[in-house]
Amino acid sequence: MDTRGIDFGLRFLGEEASFDIQFSLIEYSGASSYARAYLVGLLNTILVAVIGIFFATILGVIIGISRLSSNYLISKVSEWYIEIFRNIPLLLQLFFWYFAALRALPLPKEAINFFDIAYLSVKGLYIPKFVWTNFSVFLYSIVAALVAIFFVFKYARIQQEKSGRRIPAFLISLGIFIVLPLLTFLIGGVTLTFEHPVLTQLSKTIFNYIGGVAIIPELMALAAALSLYTATFIAECVRAGIMGVTKGQKEAAASIGLTPGQILRLVVMPQALRIIIPPTTNQYLNLTKNSSLAAAIAYPDIVLVFAGTAMMQTGRAIEIVSITMLTYLSLSIAISIFMNWYNKKIAIKEK
Amino acid sequence: MIKNINFLGKPSREKFNLFVPIGIFLLSLGLIDVTLNSLFDVNITSFFPRGLNYFTPLIFGFLGLYYLRIEFSGNKMLDKLNININSNWFNSILTLLIIFVLIQNIPPLLNWLIIDANFVGTTKEECTDSGACWIFIKIWFPRLMYGLYPSTELWRINTSFIMLITLVVALFYIPIKLKKYLIIFLIFVFPFIMFNLIHGGNFGLEWVETAAWGGLSLTFIISIFALILCFPIGMFLALGRRSSAPVTRYSSIGFIEFWRGVPLITVLFMASVMFPMFLPDGVYMDKLFRVIIAITLFEAAYMAEVIRGGLQALPRGQYDAAKSLGMGYWRLHMLVILPQALKLVIPGIANTFLALVKDTPLILVVGLLELVGMIDMAKTNPDWLGFATEGYVFAGILFWIICYNMSRYSQRLEVKYKTDR
Repeated sequence: MDTRGIDFGLRFLGEEASFDIQFSLIEYSGASSYARAYLVGLLNTILVAVIGIFFATILGVIIGISRLSSNYLISKVSEWYIEIFRNIPLLLQLFFWYFAALRALPLPKEAINFFDIAYLSVKGLYIPKFVWTNFSVFLYSIVAALVAIFFVFKYARIQQEKSGRRIPAFLISLGIFIVLPLLTFLIGGVTLTFEHPVLTQLSKTIFNYIGGVAIIPELMALAAALSLYTATFIAECVRAGIMGVTKGQKEAAASIGLTPGQILRLVVMPQALRIIIPPTTNQYLNLTKNSSLAAAIAYPDIVLVFAGTAMMQTGRAIEIVSITMLTYLSLSIAISIFMNWYNKKIAIKEK
Repeated sequence: MIKNINFLGKPSREKFNLFVPIGIFLLSLGLIDVTLNSLFDVNITSFFPRGLNYFTPLIFGFLGLYYLRIEFSGNKMLDKLNININSNWFNSILTLLIIFVLIQNIPPLLNWLIIDANFVGTTKEECTDSGACWIFIKIWFPRLMYGLYPSTELWRINTSFIMLITLVVALFYIPIKLKKYLIIFLIFVFPFIMFNLIHGGNFGLEWVETAAWGGLSLTFIISIFALILCFPIGMFLALGRRSSAPVTRYSSIGFIEFWRGVPLITVLFMASVMFPMFLPDGVYMDKLFRVIIAITLFEAAYMAEVIRGGLQALPRGQYDAAKSLGMGYWRLHMLVILPQALKLVIPGIANTFLALVKDTPLILVVGLLELVGMIDMAKTNPDWLGFATEGYVFAGILFWIICYNMSRYSQRLEVKYKTDR
């Protein structure tokens, strides 16, 4: 390497990046440093991974359960959903959503209007922005509510073990969770107003929404492709998990007088989860790694911003590719540590 | 709620002749409403107030299915219907929703795909707006299959793939004794023949640079080479991970976990921009080879985990029995352990290969254009702007056929090689 006159070092991170990023969760301008650009990319990656994991889990659980439905049509439709979306490369699906489906949306002037709250157009989804005053008070109340709920559940459990009396812990917690934050509005001086997006004429022919929160089409396409694709794999995990609980367990639970809801919640799910969690963890990891496909549709994630633009400008391939890989490695390790901890928590505690 | 509006009483077997016609009538009313709406844009229930008339087919269908839900009706068809799609009110609503969504969406989809689509012609102008423009695919078809490979030399790609298919098919029909040799030939000799034929540069064949390779054939070339190469590496990594020597074990674990922790896209970046910097001066390595090596190492890590699963599933007795016969480490693994372990993980291996095929389109980020990359290029051609959807749908169908059949085949293998323990 020395013979080629390439020096190695991370000093370039402090230099001015002087390029713009289309979408950022934190403040960023061309005058910010490369380190800041890296952070913007990292946060965008985490954002799309979290959104993807959220929707993929919901969709995957629904599809996985309907795959086992006694209704012939439902189980067939979910089976075909799985077969179709699983066997098409993710990149192709991403391109389809971004270049074909989302490009077919109307211009901002004729945007699809969701009850005057959100507007969907080819420029993206515009939703109202929350404008808070005394947001910290509201946040504290949420934390307080969560702590209170924790103790309610603990108390309910102790009571049940002691006297067999069941306390409606779920209803009480729901009440706490609604009432405490509401109180902050009444006495804590918290207010919430919405800043609605407004259709504005930018030039003679160009219209766009100003204000509110803009969800760019790149993010929508990426989130849609990632969750639809990963959901098929999660659905198969869920199906295997539920099928892995033997029939005898359900019958035994029914024979000691549990209701169908209790059977699912207290007997089937705890056992199924043990089978579901490890392969689902793998799917979460895959989703996070697959979010790097963002670079192909120019969503400013870490690969596009850092391993793309920043590398072109600085030419420091070795440092930048290594940092990017290390970042993904740490993300993967973080997710698997968390899921291993969760898995251990729900695993059978043998005496 | 149902009780109050249901003045006819609960559907029962006694009043079979009353309920079934009413049920069928209401259900078909709902279906006809949706069908007319979808096909001819006519709304027969428009006399209902707005908002309500959107739900009328659902309400009709729901009531229809309610009246049809007669337990043990004695009619086989009806019983089958009730058990499968109409067992309770929740199921009946889901059934109706699915049927309605299908009726609403399938005719327009078929219209776009086939009925209104354009098949005949050679230019963009011959396409009408109402349906898909398959002329685009027809004109670009050679490029989508062969990339920028010179059109006079296409027979070389065709020949090598036809040879490959013939050999693979022959594998199923020749006697077991010869099978071993054919497999060895396929794995160790044939790739070089294929490569030589496509790459050229000797035996009087014109040299074709790898940058000109592309399209679907490149997808297969990369998948085949990466598969053949990643299998032995994965096997050694799996054995290494279970080895008792700490150095071997930890280096295998490190290697596997590293490749499994990073996305393929960064691996490709590494192969295309970072790797050349480490090569000594004057040594040049083709980009395609670098990419194949990167994909191989990447997939080998996954392959290693799959094979390790098989190794772990084998009972200890197998090791003990082989050792008691006096077998050493390699003989034990090659003759006793691996044949059994590999058989156990055939579905896993097939899944890894499937993932490999599905990952290949990613190489477009480093400038190699296989099928998806070629479509990307075709859709930005000034003469053919605006046909992205057709391109992606075509590629999607192709990939789906390939991957679906592969997964089907792996399921069949799983059943075939299932040995009970």
